[in-house]
Amino acid sequence: MGIESLPIMTTRRDAVLAWGQKNSLWPMPFGTACCAIEFMSVVSSVFDISRFGAELVRFSPRQADLLLVAGTVTFKQAPILKQIYEQMPDPKWVISMGVCASSGGFYNNYTVVQGIDQIIPVDVYISGCPPRPEAILEAIVKLQHKIENPQTTPKAQYMAKEPHFGF
Amino acid sequence: MDAQAMLEKITAKFPGAVKGSADRFGQLEIQLEAKSIADVIAFLRNDSELAFNMLIDIVGLDYSAFPGHTGDRFAAVYLLKSLTLGHRAQLKVTAPEDKPEVPTISHLYANANWCEREAYDQIGIKFVGHPNLKRILNHHEFVGHPLRKDYPITRRQALSANESLMDEMAVRLKERGWE
Ligand code: SF4
Repeated sequence: MGIESLPIMTTRRDAVLAWGQKNSLWPMPFGTACCAIEFMSVVSSVFDISRFGAELVRFSPRQADLLLVAGTVTFKQAPILKQIYEQMPDPKWVISMGVCASSGGFYNNYTVVQGIDQIIPVDVYISGCPPRPEAILEAIVKLQHKIENPQTTPKAQYMAKEPHFGF
Repeated sequence: MDAQAMLEKITAKFPGAVKGSADRFGQLEIQLEAKSIADVIAFLRNDSELAFNMLIDIVGLDYSAFPGHTGDRFAAVYLLKSLTLGHRAQLKVTAPEDKPEVPTISHLYANANWCEREAYDQIGIKFVGHPNLKRILNHHEFVGHPLRKDYPITRRQALSANESLMDEMAVRLKERGWE
């Protein structure tokens, strides 16, 4: 069968790209605390993140396009997180998993960054301590929706009110 | 050896060093002159009847918000145990606010090195003679000592650069013959 006999489909280039990107997210877990354990169960067969095309977990930021920050980020760790985010090639997305990464959680003290959005822009937040695996899957579905509809969904952003630190 | 006999033995050996003793929830605490702490602990470790061959911990204290406390602001508590004889000892020295200095015992116990660094990092007690007295838990750019009672618990400090830790690594490499 020659190529000329195939039915023709017209589409937009960015729609095809977004379709490919959203169904093949390569996550890089930045696991610093208990939330990372919960992420492991999402990858395992019971919850099976590969149903959403995001099972290829990379431990090098240069090979990943989804940064999954799972756990407490201290000020000592913050420059490392910032550097890892900067090492990821574009396009890239960030999921902030759990209350620690999203807001500092109950660690309201001198060591913990009160939300990673003070140092890197975040696409999707997950509540919970730790979040259920289903919540992580929902965040991935939300992110896929966002990749598909960049015009109608909010951009990744830093914390709105407080000035973020100049790391 | 029970604590009372231990106190008598130390008092006999170092007459000027013992400042007092107190019962802390069933354990005898022996209060000492700060400048004699290294000699006393060396004696406790080497004497065959005492044989304190294990340092459990060194605890730094800040008394500035302690109800009814008078005297020096800082204190360091040494917890010792004898693995062969099974007894324990609790020694305490104090240090004033304007000169929070205590002699090091890091030449007597290897783990005292890190214990003293922790007490220095969190409370700010300077252990004179320590080979590498620098922060162990907090970042090297951190300013202040967070477990002091006058450090606001939510004062956060933005830190910029990672630490290579090569100064500690070089010593370890040398110890193991890699250099
Ligand atoms: S949000 Fe809860 S489970 Fe997650 S890292 Fe923080 S303390 Fe651990």
